[in-house]
Amino acid sequence: MARGDEAGEIETPMPETTLATAAETVTLVIDGQSVTVPKGTLLIEAARQAGIEIPSYCYYPNLSLQGACRMCLVSIAKMPKLQTACTTIVSEGMTVHTQTPEVANARKAMLEFELTNHPLDCPVCDKGGECELQDAVFRYGAAETRFMEAKLHHEEKRFSNLVYYDWPRCILCYRCIRICDEGMDVNALGIAFRGARSEIIPNREDHLECEECGMCIDICPVGALTSGTYRYKARPWELSYTGTICNHCGDGCKTTLGVRNNEIIRANNRDHSGINGEFLCVKGRFGWDFVNSRQRLTVPLVRRNGHQEQSTWQEALSLTHKTLRAIGEKYGADSIAVIGSNRTTNEENYLLQRLARTLLGTNNIDHHRTADYSSLVSALTEARATDRYATMDDLSAAASVLLIGNDPTHQHPLAAYQIRQAVRLRGARLYVVNSAEIKLAVRQASVFVKVRAGGEADLVGSLADQRPVPPGLVLNGADKLGALAERLAKESDTIIVFGDELRGAAIGDLVRWGLTLPGRPRFMALGDYANSRGAADMGLLPGTLPGYRAVADPEARARYEAVWGAPVPAGEGRHIRAILDAAQSGEIKALVVFGSNPVKTFQLPEGALSRLAFLVVSELFPTETTACADVVLPAASFAEKSGTVTNTSGQLQWMRRPARGFDVPDSALGPVPTRAEPILNTMRRTGTRSDLEILLALAREFGARWPYRSAEDVLREIIASVPGYAVALPPLLMGRAVATQAEGTPPPLERPDLVFTSRDSLFTSGTVSRFSWALNSVEESKQPHGHIF
Amino acid sequence: MLSEALKAKFDQVIARYPVKRSAIVPLLLFGQDEIGYISDELVEEIARRVEVRPIEVIEDISYYSMLHRQPIGKYNLQVCTNISCLLRGGEEILEHCRRRLGIDPKGTTPDGLFSLEEVECLGACCGAPAMQVNYEFYENLTPEKVDRLIEELRIRTANGHPR
Repeated sequence: MARGDEAGEIETPMPETTLATAAETVTLVIDGQSVTVPKGTLLIEAARQAGIEIPSYCYYPNLSLQGACRMCLVSIAKMPKLQTACTTIVSEGMTVHTQTPEVANARKAMLEFELTNHPLDCPVCDKGGECELQDAVFRYGAAETRFMEAKLHHEEKRFSNLVYYDWPRCILCYRCIRICDEGMDVNALGIAFRGARSEIIPNREDHLECEECGMCIDICPVGALTSGTYRYKARPWELSYTGTICNHCGDGCKTTLGVRNNEIIRANNRDHSGINGEFLCVKGRFGWDFVNSRQRLTVPLVRRNGHQEQSTWQEALSLTHKTLRAIGEKYGADSIAVIGSNRTTNEENYLLQRLARTLLGTNNIDHHRTADYSSLVSALTEARATDRYATMDDLSAAASVLLIGNDPTHQHPLAAYQIRQAVRLRGARLYVVNSAEIKLAVRQASVFVKVRAGGEADLVGSLADQRPVPPGLVLNGADKLGALAERLAKESDTIIVFGDELRGAAIGDLVRWGLTLPGRPRFMALGDYANSRGAADMGLLPGTLPGYRAVADPEARARYEAVWGAPVPAGEGRHIRAILDAAQSGEIKALVVFGSNPVKTFQLPEGALSRLAFLVVSELFPTETTACADVVLPAASFAEKSGTVTNTSGQLQWMRRPARGFDVPDSALGPVPTRAEPILNTMRRTGTRSDLEILLALAREFGARWPYRSAEDVLREIIASVPGYAVALPPLLMGRAVATQAEGTPPPLERPDLVFTSRDSLFTSGTVSRFSWALNSVEESKQPHGHIF
Repeated sequence: MLSEALKAKFDQVIARYPVKRSAIVPLLLFGQDEIGYISDELVEEIARRVEVRPIEVIEDISYYSMLHRQPIGKYNLQVCTNISCLLRGGEEILEHCRRRLGIDPKGTTPDGLFSLEEVECLGACCGAPAMQVNYEFYENLTPEKVDRLIEELRIRTANGHPR
């Protein structure tokens, strides 16, 4: 409805709300179609909302306006010549034509220009088939050219092992420069020379020194910037695409795997689905290649006469069951302990603790805790504020963020991106408390309070109890903390994000103080890996059942006993440090490890596990821990299985196994790769099994009749019985992130050194990054931790 | 490193602009005048002073042909061959310089004294053919005048005359 037509007929005043809304919208006519959009909308966006496509290269949503490519020229009534739709703000009554012969001619002419030096190498170009220039030429013409001169040509340049630049293909839209400057705040790309000879240059003149995120590659509308791992490997239409969840840090980015013939060829997120939109860091975009490593374990190993020898699944599982049962019978259930993973799925974690509690009969189960989620859940439950978990989406929409500890730029690239987006696009204020001058503190923070190493908890304690700040705590000016408190008191709906610097009672202090801030303050704990949160949520803890129910609570035990049809031991188990101590002293006789490398993580001395009578480890790679094992079970990676993971902010997501995943014989894997050329091979290494399959098989060995055939079956049980996980299944299976609502009163943190981050950088990710060619191939991976790019 | 005078000059120039980065090009010119070209250190120093990343300074340098990333001769002979000079013998002047100095445009003599460049209009059409040597103009040139100039510049250098 065109409002102008109706204006004369209004007799009674419109309700005030309607008037307010009317004042904030603008109605215009595009190609005869009336369009109403919020005031301030760009014409190109208004047209897109009406389903009218205006081609453009330099325009890109959420980036600064360039007005350089002239592809979006349209005809606007009463304006003297064609106007760029990407820089024109709509006004009331504007009449726009996007399909006139004049506009068509302009588009064709612009394309002719773009093609002046552009090579016609579409048949070999990586971008062919998904190229915005190719599409536009097909649609708007300019196949013939009036230029007779020889095309200029430069050889391709290797900016880094992951980013290549082909000058002749570049159309100088500046998208790469802007995403790097504005989106990533890295400023690694620039433009040199001028006119037709302009070219994109890397910040070190002949090479890049940056986060290697590859955002520039994905945002390039043509094939000018290409990926070092994907280039010349495939055509986009040959790939089948599966959206899954990145397995590296705890942020839970959606990454879309492009698969051909059971090989992962590339990963990106060009459909902008998922909580990360188009964002991916170097690990999400390139770091999946560990899946293809030749060093993957593919055959079960069993120790015979002191040597690990190749075995069969049947022998390995049967031996595991028999030994565990024998040790349990001889020394008691307390002589067995289980260490779980920060990366395995919720379903696997749930089954692992079920196995420990009901089949091994022990609460000796723990994992490497990288954030103290339990204390956060406990504090929010006590304050009746379990609706105050902030999600990754909340972070990008925040008006105010308080970041205590951690270095998200390295450890949580998505959280850092969301914070930067909030600051850049929505004018949010960032407040940082940290002992290091992290990049967010230097570049985005409104107030930065620098505290002495480990001083974050003291500072929070001072804030909570309104105690005077201990001398020497704040290092960059005594007035900083006052400024912080004053500013926060004027903010509303602040999101408080914290790392492992706060744990146990300090989190209680934080929540108590944080909830007194104005509006609706919310909280987010930052933990390291893809399912650190899920490990805690699913009860891989010695005193906590799934859903933060205390083992000591008879009601909670009864609840799960009813679900599992088996008794749950009542006494709290040993935490991970106690388990490892007891393994060294000989009290623990058998240790079951899934997807964890405690020997490295806890820096155990040589031979520390030699007193164990039995060690079984499920792993992807040979590690310091598998080296000590009596049985090694080769596990499937994240790309080879389905299941859910919970990101550090409590968002549950479905990790989907690529559809065409069938075992293929090892002979099809091809030759051993050189360092320069990573191999890409099967969607499931022959011989591996997912931890879920392993756990189900082990349960069968124990004679248990677990009612699950798939991850979905386990997930249904989790939804039905784990508090905080009563979520709707369909949106989850359709790939959406669903917020969980953890609540409960788990036991307090046993000792502070149970919670510590691995301090991974952008280029490390625990064990798996050691086996990633891409992550190790970039020079930046050799920079010291925390280096600011 | 930079002289005290240049540092003072930098401070003075930066203060002239409401936005610090606006000072990049003048700073580059003053820096180049002192050092003779734009060294990596100068790029870093200017970036630091105007609070941008070095790549933004490098972008500007590449845009302007008068800014040099490599050392050039003490005297940069910039010979115009644009229309007015062309009609009045500019190309011959360039050719003469080339033979006399034994270098091609963009080249530098082995003694580091002279560089040669072919440039577009210097805005000195009324004195065509013209050339610019560093910041000085020489007009109505003939091959003989060029020879005398080159000789004079040599003597000037031998006498320790500053640039």
